[in-house]
Amino acid sequence: MSEVKFSKEHEWITLEGDVATIGITKHATEMLGDIVFAELPEKGSNVEKDGTAGVVESTKAASDVYTPVSGEVVDTNQSIVDDPAKINEDPEGSAWFFKLKIKDTSELDTLMNKEEYDKFAKETSS
Amino acid sequence: MEIKKTSLNKLHQSNNAKFVEFAGYEMPIQYSKGIIEEHKFTRSSSGIFDVSHMGQLFIYGDESLTEELEKIFPLDLKNLKQNCSKYSFLMNEDAGIYDDLIITKIEEGYLIILNAACKDKDYDILSNLLGSKFKMNLDNNRSLIAIQGPKSVEILNSIINGVDQLNFMTGNWFDSDNQKLFVTRSGYTGEDGFEISISNDKAEKFVENLIEKGAQLIGLGARDTLRLEAGLCLYGHELDINKTPVEANLRWAISKSRLSNGGFIGSKKIMNQMQDGASQIRVGIKPEGRLIAREKTKIFNDTDKQIGEITSGTFGPSVNGPIAMGYVDKEFSKVDTKILLEVRGKKHPANICALPFYKKNYVKGVN
Repeated sequence: MSEVKFSKEHEWITLEGDVATIGITKHATEMLGDIVFAELPEKGSNVEKDGTAGVVESTKAASDVYTPVSGEVVDTNQSIVDDPAKINEDPEGSAWFFKLKIKDTSELDTLMNKEEYDKFAKETSS
Repeated sequence: MEIKKTSLNKLHQSNNAKFVEFAGYEMPIQYSKGIIEEHKFTRSSSGIFDVSHMGQLFIYGDESLTEELEKIFPLDLKNLKQNCSKYSFLMNEDAGIYDDLIITKIEEGYLIILNAACKDKDYDILSNLLGSKFKMNLDNNRSLIAIQGPKSVEILNSIINGVDQLNFMTGNWFDSDNQKLFVTRSGYTGEDGFEISISNDKAEKFVENLIEKGAQLIGLGARDTLRLEAGLCLYGHELDINKTPVEANLRWAISKSRLSNGGFIGSKKIMNQMQDGASQIRVGIKPEGRLIAREKTKIFNDTDKQIGEITSGTFGPSVNGPIAMGYVDKEFSKVDTKILLEVRGKKHPANICALPFYKKNYVKGVN
């Protein structure tokens, strides 16, 4: 599996072959608070880099989930729809959102590595 | 304008509060445990809320003040016993609501608790209506602390002996630690609880004492989910200047004895609406599934006609599902009516349901 990359919209992404797994970061869940609703893209649909690909809602507000790369949705994580609290518990592990068959791996080049993201998250949240 | 801070601001900070601006005040939205845990803690134990941003308006006077206030509020104040509280509204001539409030008859006159965002305007309206005959004091030297939940009576009584003898919607002055506190058995969470009016310089120590006895600080986030589960209105959402108490389904708060003769501001409109009904009415709404419908969500019937709008919507931690309140056309206001909510461009099924979502446990008949 590839190195974990991060977007400015607080998504993480890993790549295995041409299939990317995408979720939201721990930092994002800390900003959102208790997540109580999740909506995922439809399997088989195509999503575009930086376009919306889902929704999470906390007790306070709704937020869009964006996809950091383009591709076809090949799998979604129904367990976080059934129990959205899992997203707060394990956001960068078992509570992944969706998997994409990606077209252009070079889209990952613009994303941040962990060190860069941690710095970005710290700067933008203060 | 500089943001205002309550006398508990430092205590909030040291308890890792996340702050938001609310009605010009820096207020805690949540602490480190988060809204859901704070909500559940209040329902199972005892939560402390800093509501010092709310207005504490003392109006001093005797029977002539009661007479003047009856010209303003739809209440039977002449027959209200001393130390008893009523929920009411400040209205305009069209029965539009300037504010909703709790008024308590005290020995010296009346104490009115006002919403933070409305209190200065309320003061101006009331002082215009009452003239200079009665001394009024919107007291900024006092903090207001609410303690809510089943263990609150035991905790508070261990600090202020005798509060366990108060019935719901009554209050009294108590002496504690060389200070005079006004305590009412009331609140806005659907739980048994108290509100304590205390001088600013004593507030922090008092709250620290409550925490020591097992109560925990709770933010405005959980206050909102708690009041929504209890089916209670929030000014600026369910209530505003374009809504009347009849439309808001709050006719229970209007004293029956005042309906035959009127004589309070807005009485004509109220009496008309009581007779003919209002065209729209506040209802409880339960979306099917887990979908949350927020404020301003449009409500439709099954033939695609818009029939109303959501005024508050969230996830109810104790109900364990989404809940909302809103206004719908009268013919769609019956419990179990099927409606559709438009969220992110799609229509989702929901049902009109009875309020409250969560059954309350108020204490009556202690003495």
